[in-house]
Amino acid sequence: MPLYHDEDQAMLADTATSFMAEQGNIKDQLRHWRDRDCPDGFGHGLWKQMAEMGFTGMLVGEDDGGLGMGHVEAGIVLEEIGRNLTPSPFLTSSVLAATALKHGSNDLKGRYLPGLIEGESVFAVAIDETAKHRPSRITTRAERSGNGFKLSGSKSFVIQGASADMLVVAARTSGSDDDEDGITLFAVPKDAANMSHNSVRLVDSSMATHTKFDGVDLDGDAVIGEVDGGREVLNAMLTAGRIGAAAEGVGVARGAMDLTVDYLKQRKQFGKLIGEFQALQHRASHLYSEVEIARAAVIKAQQLLDGGSEKAELMSSVAKAKVARTAGLAVKEGVQMHGGIGMTDEYDIGLYMKRDRALQEFLGDAYFHANRVAELNGY
Amino acid sequence: MSDLETFRAETRTWLEANCPAEMRQPVRDEEDVYWGGRRAKFKNDAQKAWFDACLAKGYTVPAWPKEYGGAGLAPAEAKVLRQEMSRISARPPLSSFGIWMLGPALLHFGTEEQKKHFLGQIARGEIRWCQGYSEPGSGSDLVSLQTYGEDKGDHWVVNGQKVWTSYADQADWIFCLVRTDKENKYKGITFMLFDTASEGCSTKPIKLISGNSPFCETFMEDVKVPKSYGEGIPAYVGEINRGWDVAKYLLGHEREMISGADGGNTGTVGSAMSRHVAKSGDELDPVLRAELAMFDVDALAYGAMGEKFLDEIKVGKAHPAQPNMMKYAGTELNKRRHELMMSAGGSRSLEWESEETGGGKPSRNWLRTKANSIEGGTSEVMLNVISKRILDLPGA
Ligand SMILES: Cc1cc2nc3c(=O)[nH]c(=O)nc-3n(C[C@H](O)[C@H](O)[C@H](O)COP(=O)(O)OP(=O)(O)OC[C@H]3O[C@@H](n4cnc5c(N)ncnc54)[C@H](O)[C@@H]3O)c2cc1C
Ligand SMILES: Cc1cc2nc3c(=O)[nH]c(=O)nc-3n(C[C@H](O)[C@H](O)[C@H](O)COP(=O)(O)OP(=O)(O)OC[C@H]3O[C@@H](n4cnc5c(N)ncnc54)[C@H](O)[C@@H]3O)c2cc1C
Repeated sequence: MPLYHDEDQAMLADTATSFMAEQGNIKDQLRHWRDRDCPDGFGHGLWKQMAEMGFTGMLVGEDDGGLGMGHVEAGIVLEEIGRNLTPSPFLTSSVLAATALKHGSNDLKGRYLPGLIEGESVFAVAIDETAKHRPSRITTRAERSGNGFKLSGSKSFVIQGASADMLVVAARTSGSDDDEDGITLFAVPKDAANMSHNSVRLVDSSMATHTKFDGVDLDGDAVIGEVDGGREVLNAMLTAGRIGAAAEGVGVARGAMDLTVDYLKQRKQFGKLIGEFQALQHRASHLYSEVEIARAAVIKAQQLLDGGSEKAELMSSVAKAKVARTAGLAVKEGVQMHGGIGMTDEYDIGLYMKRDRALQEFLGDAYFHANRVAELNGY
Repeated sequence: MSDLETFRAETRTWLEANCPAEMRQPVRDEEDVYWGGRRAKFKNDAQKAWFDACLAKGYTVPAWPKEYGGAGLAPAEAKVLRQEMSRISARPPLSSFGIWMLGPALLHFGTEEQKKHFLGQIARGEIRWCQGYSEPGSGSDLVSLQTYGEDKGDHWVVNGQKVWTSYADQADWIFCLVRTDKENKYKGITFMLFDTASEGCSTKPIKLISGNSPFCETFMEDVKVPKSYGEGIPAYVGEINRGWDVAKYLLGHEREMISGADGGNTGTVGSAMSRHVAKSGDELDPVLRAELAMFDVDALAYGAMGEKFLDEIKVGKAHPAQPNMMKYAGTELNKRRHELMMSAGGSRSLEWESEETGGGKPSRNWLRTKANSIEGGTSEVMLNVISKRILDLPGA
């Protein structure tokens, strides 16, 4: 498959570009909800509109009422989300949770997928238990109890945890903390008793929760996939999520770069447009090269995943690490080249810097993924 | 099976039957490459057998039309062939500036007879070419070149000096930029082709910091260059005085080639280097391991970019200045690769002449890569072009 968008994908990209710029733009979404201290950190109205556009159920199979599209398509939407810094549950709900639910029973799918496709429901994923992403270690436990399970433990930095109608929770049903096996994924409903959220606002104005499970009763139907065999589903979900986060990161990088290059063409100092200074030109051109390369890595990863290639694992980490570095560069250069104005809240470039920082941590930063590349390459 | 899958299966079978085992190893240095030309010798029988097999099939220049010595492969087929060759690490059967640089320019600008004449020779590896662009006073600012060809009716008399002419001492012919109109900067240059054995043409090697010397200064003293080599075979490409257009077109191909976009520059180093370090009884320093891992991320990402770039070029989606970006990123990456390999090798990689290092290959290759971001246009010049043509920055 050639590494660019085919005709249908290019059409989708056009649609997503104009939709996000019109409906998901910084002023109407990010700033709007932030300035109102919105406890969700995003707008449900836009989520509903995204459903009407057919975005929410892109990765849901046609048999289950979705569009049965691939990660290239989801990535197209995510890139525009990134470019507009649109706060939205798309990544957690439509990519991560939807990927997990592919492995769920018909009953589970029937319970949750219609809400997702309609834009009525929001899902969160609860994986991490510490401030750094470390999915190899899972200490949250689910003990057998009656026909179901009793869930105990805690998860940290659950993005949109308090807004979610359902949380996909990775818990240990056997073995010790660092075991590969013995993991089970559960679909935990919002109103489960003995579950509590401690909400925190993050630097990018998104909301996360520290979620506690004090013996939450779950019936057997809450299991996604096989009991004790959840690692595979978890990994599938993580790979999809990482590639999705990388696509969003490319959008952030491009958005920051475009803003900066435009500024270089407008701002005058020393009687010249600052874009005439070679010191800035070369840095902008270097940034352009990195963004192009990062984008190629993401498309490659998306295509490999859609094609069911086993190389998708490696490429997901390449993409996540490369994008983290590149978007990081884009926002740092962006603020610097804007000069003093780049430090003000009024100008958008700082918002890109904040979003990039949050996105870098989500599902593993550049260090985590470069390390994983090394391991997958046998060193 | 689709046509392409059939082609892939056939290609596999053909490679299996025709590519000798010795030719299924990555190229380590220039001796592993067959360059062709009047004085060419094969390194061993395998190299010759591989060359002959490819020549018969049109695979020395697979994407060129059959009438010019190629196999006439469609872009998608050429890609399959490339993938299948790289899958078994097959070496290129023939390498030359004729294939990479002059060929594409002739295909684009040449007359029919000129193409038949020169492209055939290139495909068969009969003539080895060198590139006469740079002059001592004209490097990055190439259009300031001074070598002058005086019009004498049916021929020019050329005087001047070229520098950095790679392999001029082993090349048979030169494609050369010569000023033919002193009044007109851009529209006063002609792209000439002539035999370096012509009277008045001489070369002197330049020794590089790597100790090797395939580079030359080329002197032209009253060299007589005819305007034609026969009916429909002009001795210049394109039009007289419009050689700059050809030169620019060709530089795109040169940059693409140096960038290693076609797979020459995607290799990771971490696993090989960690094995290498372990073999010498050492441990990989965690900080070095981290650098290797970051490098591998960049190399794999660049590999995807190379693939994307070639896919986009084929369908005309790539920005025309994109080869400059590929050249910039690819050469900087390759320099970093060799820095890391030197670090992982430790003191052993400092050896300049030992047998273990194949005559100091690590250090010599390391030094040679420093030219990657100079030859074919420096990184700074690439960044200038990106600023101007892609980002549209003012005054760039
Ligand atoms: C937090 C903060 C506190 C401050 N406090 C004070 C204060 O108390 N009093 C006060 O008077 N000022 C203050 N300043 C202003 C500060 O001195 C200016 O922001 C600074 O001099 C840069 O000018 P500028 O913001 O107009 O950026 P610009 O001059 O517009 O620069 C934009 C970008 O272009 C680059 N650039 C500009 N010219 C060139 C060139 N010739 N070559 C290459 N690159 C170039 C810059 O490096 C920058 O990256 C403060 C700024 C900040 C952010
Ligand atoms: C190994 C090798 C092989 C080569 N092979 C060939 C060959 O086969 N045929 C041939 O014709 N030529 C060849 N070249 C020549 C090559 O194309 C030139 O060396 C190159 O274009 C740079 O020119 P220069 O060496 O004169 O450097 P200069 O142009 O003098 O540059 C010196 C420094 O100034 C910087 N600089 C110059 N102009 C600018 C600018 N506008 N903005 C910012 N920075 C600038 C450069 O980037 C560089 O860092 C080869 C060179 C090498 C090293």
